Amino acid sequence: MARYVVDVMPKREILDPQGKAVLGALPRLGFDGVTDVRQGKRFEVEVEGEPSDDRLAEVRRMAETLLANPVIEYFAVTGDESADEPTEGSVEPDETTDETEGEA
Amino acid sequence: MRVGVVTFPGSLDDADAARAIRLAGGDPVALWHGDSDIRGVDAVVLPGGFSYGDYLRCGAISRFAPVMAEVVAWAGRGLPVLGICNGFQILCESQLLPGALIRNDHQKFVCRDQRLRIENNRTPWTSSYAENAEVTLVIKNGEGGFVADEPTLERLEGEGCIVARYLEVNPNGSLRDIAGISNERGNVVGLMPHPEHAVEDLTGAGMDGLGFFSGLAALTA
Repeated sequence: MARYVVDVMPKREILDPQGKAVLGALPRLGFDGVTDVRQGKRFEVEVEGEPSDDRLAEVRRMAETLLANPVIEYFAVTGDESADEPTEGSVEPDETTDETEGEA
Repeated sequence: MRVGVVTFPGSLDDADAARAIRLAGGDPVALWHGDSDIRGVDAVVLPGGFSYGDYLRCGAISRFAPVMAEVVAWAGRGLPVLGICNGFQILCESQLLPGALIRNDHQKFVCRDQRLRIENNRTPWTSSYAENAEVTLVIKNGEGGFVADEPTLERLEGEGCIVARYLEVNPNGSLRDIAGISNERGNVVGLMPHPEHAVEDLTGAGMDGLGFFSGLAALTA
């Protein structure tokens, strides 16, 4: 079993009302100095077999075709070989991010 | 004039669209999202609602419904297609129309009578209106903010593809107050407000919406 993570974010130039709402809430909760928040989506895609370049390419096609709308969103596909459940409260930075800007 | 109305899981306004077509003198034909043909209709309406629960993105799943392959193919041959609200979102996701519709800038669902200007009366859906006619239709959406990049917006303006613009109030943050657009050929129109809810005096915002359906009927009468 191979797992891939697809992160989808609104393009910088596209208004992100949800991120703006979160940004507005943070100072009210006492979190000062936050200059921007943007909200996106994360997909975890599990596929049969071992991770491979072909599989990665296939997941990228999934992202282009369905998971992201290239008119308004960027996506990034990351191979996640550990396939572990995320640990509560922890954040691991993605180092193997393969970021793509879709055709407008 | 036989006008297909597609019902997706989660469509809400298919019955109102069919009724509007009938009141305008047309013959509505029910099409199902799982159909793989469009039964020889002369035009297609993609109605409002929340197809597939708006999961993923509004219209993103509907775009891949079997019937949409036919609608896209026939639209390319000039078949008149009108997408209302969720239907507009489906047309953008299908790339029959440029741009996209995102969450309203104020984050709230909006439901109100809305003044509009019909700026392009050369489409099959708007031919019964005078140029720059001002009308009132109902608007009801949570994700109706039209966005596109600057070159696309300039092209839409330059080619007369902006079919309708909001007047007085921009209800959802749409760029350049855009309420509806067409493709270059003009046969495919997407509109965020709901003409099918403004076809009878008894209910809705008046009768201003009937023209979207009666103009079409007149074309082949």
